[in-house]
Amino acid sequence: MEDDVGFESQDKDIKPTKHAYETDFIVYGPQEIEQHQNEQIKEVSNILGQPPESTAILLRHARWNKERLIDQYMEKTEEVLESAGLDESAISHPPRLERVKRFMCDICCEDGPKLDTFAMKCGHRFCVDCYRQYLSTKIKGEGEAARIKCPGDGCNRIVDSKSLDILVKDDIRERYKDLLTRTYVEDKENLRWCPAPDCGYAVQCAVKDKDLPRIVPTVHCTCGHFFCFGCSLNDHQPAPCSLVKKWLKKCEDDSETANWISANTKECPKCNSTIEKNGGCNHMTCRKCRHEFCWMCMGVWSEHGTSWYNCNRFEERSGSEARDAQAKSRQSLERYLHYYNRYANHEQSAKLDKDIYLKTEKKMVQLQTTSKMSWIEVQFLAAASQALQQCRQTLKWTYAFAYYLARNNLTEIFEDNQKDLEMAVENLSEMFEKPIDQLQSLRGDMMDKTAYCTKRRIILLNDTAENLKSGNWEFNVSL
Amino acid sequence: MSTGAKKRIMREYNECTADTPAGMKINFDEQNMTEWEILLDGPDQSIYAGGHFKLKMTFPTEYPFKPPVVSFKTKIYHPNVSNDDKGSMCLGMLRADEWKPPNKVVAVLRLIQALLIEPNADDAIEPSIANEYKENRKEFEKNAKDWVKRYAK
Ligand SMILES: [Zn+2]
Ligand SMILES: [Zn+2]
Ligand SMILES: [Zn+2]
Ligand SMILES: [Zn+2]
Repeated sequence: MEDDVGFESQDKDIKPTKHAYETDFIVYGPQEIEQHQNEQIKEVSNILGQPPESTAILLRHARWNKERLIDQYMEKTEEVLESAGLDESAISHPPRLERVKRFMCDICCEDGPKLDTFAMKCGHRFCVDCYRQYLSTKIKGEGEAARIKCPGDGCNRIVDSKSLDILVKDDIRERYKDLLTRTYVEDKENLRWCPAPDCGYAVQCAVKDKDLPRIVPTVHCTCGHFFCFGCSLNDHQPAPCSLVKKWLKKCEDDSETANWISANTKECPKCNSTIEKNGGCNHMTCRKCRHEFCWMCMGVWSEHGTSWYNCNRFEERSGSEARDAQAKSRQSLERYLHYYNRYANHEQSAKLDKDIYLKTEKKMVQLQTTSKMSWIEVQFLAAASQALQQCRQTLKWTYAFAYYLARNNLTEIFEDNQKDLEMAVENLSEMFEKPIDQLQSLRGDMMDKTAYCTKRRIILLNDTAENLKSGNWEFNVSL
Repeated sequence: MSTGAKKRIMREYNECTADTPAGMKINFDEQNMTEWEILLDGPDQSIYAGGHFKLKMTFPTEYPFKPPVVSFKTKIYHPNVSNDDKGSMCLGMLRADEWKPPNKVVAVLRLIQALLIEPNADDAIEPSIANEYKENRKEFEKNAKDWVKRYAK
């Protein structure tokens, strides 16, 4: 028997890995998922000699672990059938509604000889209305299906689908069936639903929970959504899942301290006139005195990107300055704020970049009607915008990554890669703020800058992924 | 809320008054029967002895298919009560996946009392308090008593 993979009979070509940071995965549509489920039911049905309908119940009850089901079935058939509500007596006495003498429903307190009641083999009897209401709360309200327990106090018996059939109405039965299909994916360790709203695709990936400290498995659903197979959050490369979890928790706990200034205005460090930020780009030019500076650190722009200037690195003060506890705690707060502000700024900038792109696109469409430009010719803008979004997403997480990074000889390479990507991004971002009539002539330049951003991102991600895989990073927390 | 649910709450209230656990008083308003006010004395054998706590029990529209919601209106230093303005308690039968519709309010009241006598640090809503309870019982008891003096007199 092959080991427990979701779609072993499938011969789909696995996309070859191109880069160190990329993970192999396959995307399946709803029909394929259903089909594979049916294939497994058929296979196990043949082995157990049970009809497919009962086999499906058994498999769901065993959380789709077919090896374990087959072993247990061979060992103690009666017990396995009984616990799934499929034993002999259940077949010879199919579940039915009954009227019982001297009955009082323990849920609604109704009594009387004309009350329809129901109980499974465990004997916990309730009026049919309460039983129905209970099932519909579980199915519709809580999205449960394969493991709904008997409503009896302390009873762990699972409500089988035959009992369910005679109790609930069609709409709930439909929902129940949908949910059963969903549990197939949820029960398989190598399958995961795409978390995008209303997406019905599932992704298969071999990365296991225990691999997560060494790999960040970003997958790309057919619907377009990039997400992490490990934790289902949006793509968070290069930071490993456990750091992401820690970081998000910290940001939540410290949300008051951090008090990130989302204001879109600051004062020019030279002439103090108010400057508004309306694009994502952090390269600011004062309208009044033409002074150029960085929105993030307020430093002179011309010095950015030079080898001796660091906007991205947090400079630790020397030991003598941070000797007492108060100074240390201040320093640790400053350190956090340094990384948090850059993290939050890229998130914010990604939004602003998108806004400005959407505005630009609208204008371009208007231009198309008045000039000879074709739709194809403006596509470079869409590509640039998409690259910007992706790079800012990566940059954002490099700051969470850097926060937990302990200094060693690799850190400087990482910070250089981060700085290079950041410069590439700001240079591209800046172009979106150019007047619309200049855009067409900047097309070649913009395409070059887009390609360069993508290249810098790949370099950074490959470096972090390779070192993560070989355990070369030193973190100041355990993964 | 259905008439069935109202009937059941009414019946439960009658059961509670007939069999109120010692040191508890229920304020019930027939106009607003889905919100009960509960006055609870810290049990004698607990570190909360001498404290008087006000709790709110709210019955959801789906009651009894969903559990009642319990919140402490008086601040209490306890691993199973959230240390915020909600003061929520959510464990054992109070959790949606463990609650069974035949469960009764009396049982919930007994659970609350039992938790004051012996907190459940393994199922805590306040991990730092739970940690203190497990590792530094003296400090925990000092803090808990302190809060009783400050908020529950
Ligand atoms: Zn009933
Ligand atoms: Zn039962
Ligand atoms: Zn998707
Ligand atoms: Zn993840």
